[in-house]
Amino acid sequence: MHDQQARIKSHIESHRHMAGALMPLLHAIQDDLGYIPEECYNLVAKALNLSIAEVHGVVTFYHHFRTKPPGRHVLQVCRAESCQAMGCTALETHVKSALGIDYHETTSDGTITLEPVYCLGNCACSPAIMLDDQVYGRVSPQQVEHLLASAREVS
Amino acid sequence: MNTVYIPRDSSALSLGANQVAAAIAKKAAARHLPIQIARNGSRGMFWLEPLVEVATPHGRMAYGPVTPEQVSSLFDAGFLDGGDHALCLGLTDELPWMKHQERLTFARVGITDPVSLQDYIAHDGYKGLRNAIAMAPQDIVQQVTDSGLRGRGGAAFPTGIKWKTVLEATAEQKYIVCNADEGDSGTFSDRMIMEGDPFVLIEGMTIAGIAVGATQGYIYVRSEYPHSIAALNLAIKSAYEAGYLGRGILGSQLDFYLEVRRAAGAYVCGEETALLESLEGKRGLVRFKPPLPAISGLFGKPTVINNVISLATVPIILDKGSAYYRDYGMGRSRGTLPIQLAGNIKHGGLVEKAFGITLRELLYDYGGGSATGRPIKAVQVGGPLGAYLPESQFDTPLDYEEFSKLWAVLGHGGIVAFDDTVDMAHMARYAFEFCAIESCGKCTPCRIGSTRGVEVMDKIIAGTEHAQSVALVRDLSDTMLNGSLCALGGMTPYPVLSALNHFPEDFGLLKKEQAA
Repeated sequence: MHDQQARIKSHIESHRHMAGALMPLLHAIQDDLGYIPEECYNLVAKALNLSIAEVHGVVTFYHHFRTKPPGRHVLQVCRAESCQAMGCTALETHVKSALGIDYHETTSDGTITLEPVYCLGNCACSPAIMLDDQVYGRVSPQQVEHLLASAREVS
Repeated sequence: MNTVYIPRDSSALSLGANQVAAAIAKKAAARHLPIQIARNGSRGMFWLEPLVEVATPHGRMAYGPVTPEQVSSLFDAGFLDGGDHALCLGLTDELPWMKHQERLTFARVGITDPVSLQDYIAHDGYKGLRNAIAMAPQDIVQQVTDSGLRGRGGAAFPTGIKWKTVLEATAEQKYIVCNADEGDSGTFSDRMIMEGDPFVLIEGMTIAGIAVGATQGYIYVRSEYPHSIAALNLAIKSAYEAGYLGRGILGSQLDFYLEVRRAAGAYVCGEETALLESLEGKRGLVRFKPPLPAISGLFGKPTVINNVISLATVPIILDKGSAYYRDYGMGRSRGTLPIQLAGNIKHGGLVEKAFGITLRELLYDYGGGSATGRPIKAVQVGGPLGAYLPESQFDTPLDYEEFSKLWAVLGHGGIVAFDDTVDMAHMARYAFEFCAIESCGKCTPCRIGSTRGVEVMDKIIAGTEHAQSVALVRDLSDTMLNGSLCALGGMTPYPVLSALNHFPEDFGLLKKEQAA
C-alpha cells in the first residue's frame, strides 16, 4: 500500500507540469498499477489544482479507465458492426458461457477480465479480439478458448 | 544479402506476422543464409496477410498468406530469390489489387521501413516540407485550398479554408491537433498510416504548423492502437534528432514541437470539440459551436484540428503542387480517398482510388463479393453513424455530393459488407445501443433518445404495439437528427432510418406498407 502511494506520487511528479496533464497522468497510473485506485483522487486533484469530483468525473467518463484491479489478463471482444457481420455475436455468447461471466466481470479465479470493445481497427480481419496487448484476427470460438487456456497456464 | 519484408502492421500481427518473422529468421540462421528482415507497413491486402515479400531484380515478389509451418518449404523452393511455390503470388506491383490503385497518400505504405527516417527521405519524404519552408504562409494555405482537399475524417470541410481562418487569427499561441481517434467500425486507414508511414503525418503537421503559425502539435491517438502510438513515438524521436522537429526546423527560423497523446476509449472524442476537451484533461463533452476551434480551440487558442488522412495528404500536395492532386476525382470531391473494405468481404483491405469509383466495383472487383459466398444484402458506409445502402444503390460513385443525394455519407471511407443473413432491425437497434453507450450526455436528444430508441426497437422486434412503435422510431429519429448537439446523436438516425426504409421487411412491414 505504502509502495503504491509512492509510485502514484512519482507519476504525479513526472506529469504535473504537462499541459492537460490529467489524461497522461491517469494513463501512467493505470499502466503501472493496472487500475486507478480511488484513494489517489485526492493526491491527483491537489497536484493539478482540480476538485476530487473533476478527477472522479474524468476517470469514470472514459471506458478505458478502471477503478478496480482487473484479472491477470484482459480479454476484449469487438462488438462493432464489421465484427457483427462476421459472427461476433455468436463468439461473444460462446466466450461468456465458457468463462461463466458477463462483460465487465472477472472470473472467480481472478485470471480473466472480459470487456467489450468497439472497434480494434482490424475490420478487414473480423471478428477480432484483443488479449492483453495483442490483437487477434479472424478468430473462431475454439481459437479464443485455446488462447485463454494458454493465458491461464502462464499466469 | 537478401531482404525479406514482413509487415509490422497490427492486422498482419493479428494473423501471426511476428511468428512468421521469427520462423524465417531461425530457418535462415540454421541454413547459414544471410538475410535482412525489414518490418514494413501492410500493402493492405489483408486476406493475404501475413504477406512476405522478397526483393528480386524484377521487383518485390509476394508470398502469402504464410504460416510459420510453411516457412521451411519456402526456403526449399528458394523464395529468397523469388523461387516458385504454392504461396507465390507474383510481383506485388503487378497484382490486380495493387496495379490499378492511385496511391498518393499511401504512396510509401508497405514499401518503406516505417520508422526509418532515411528510408522516408529516400522515397520522396520531406520534399513537401522543404518547399513549404521557402514559401509564404499564405501561399501554403492557398496550395492546400487549390488542391480541393476536404476533411477526410468525414465532415468533408475544405481543409484550406480551415487553415486560412487559423492563419488570420491573432494569438500568442496556436495549435495543430491531429484527430487520430479512429473509432468508426470498418475503418483502419489512419492506423495503417500511423503504423506504416508515420513520418508522412509528422511532415503534414509540421507543414500545417508553418502555414498557420502554430508551434505546438498534438496527435490524439486511440488507446486501442498501441502499435500506432509506438511507431509515432519512434518516428517523432528520429525527426527531433535530425532537426525536422523542434527549434529551427532544418536551419530555418521556424519551430514546431509535436507530442502523442493517448485517448481512453470514448468514441465521442472523435468529435473535434470533445477531443479538445479530452486533450485539456477533461471529460470528453461536446462543446457548443460557435466559437469554432479555428478561433477558440485547444486551451482557448486558435487550433487547426484535422484527421490523420487530411494531414498525411498535405506533403504530396506541397511536393507535387495543388493541380497534381486536384486532377484526380470527380465533381467537388477532388483527389483520392483511401477506402477500407471490411466486414463480410472476401478480399478486405485498403484501396486508394480517385473519387468516382462505384460501390459495386469496390465490393466485387476489389472485394470479390462476400466472405461467406452469400449475396451481399447491405453495406454500411462511413462508420456506425453512416447509412445502410441496399444492392439497388451499389452503382453510386464515391463522391461526397452523390452520397448526400441518397441521404448517406462517405465519412472516413469505411465500407462494411453484410450478407443476406443480417437482420436489419437488429442493426438499427444496435445503432441506438451504441449511441447510448457512447453518448457524452450533454444534450438530451442523444442521452435519452438513444436509450428510448433501444426500447422502441425491442418492441418492434418483439412485434408488440408494432405500427405505433415504427411511428415512434421515426418521430424519435427526427428529434435526434434536428436536436442533437453533435453528429453522434444527430446521425444515429442515418443507420436506423436507412435500415427501416430500405429493408422494411426486417421490421415486420411489407414493402408496400412502408411505401404508403
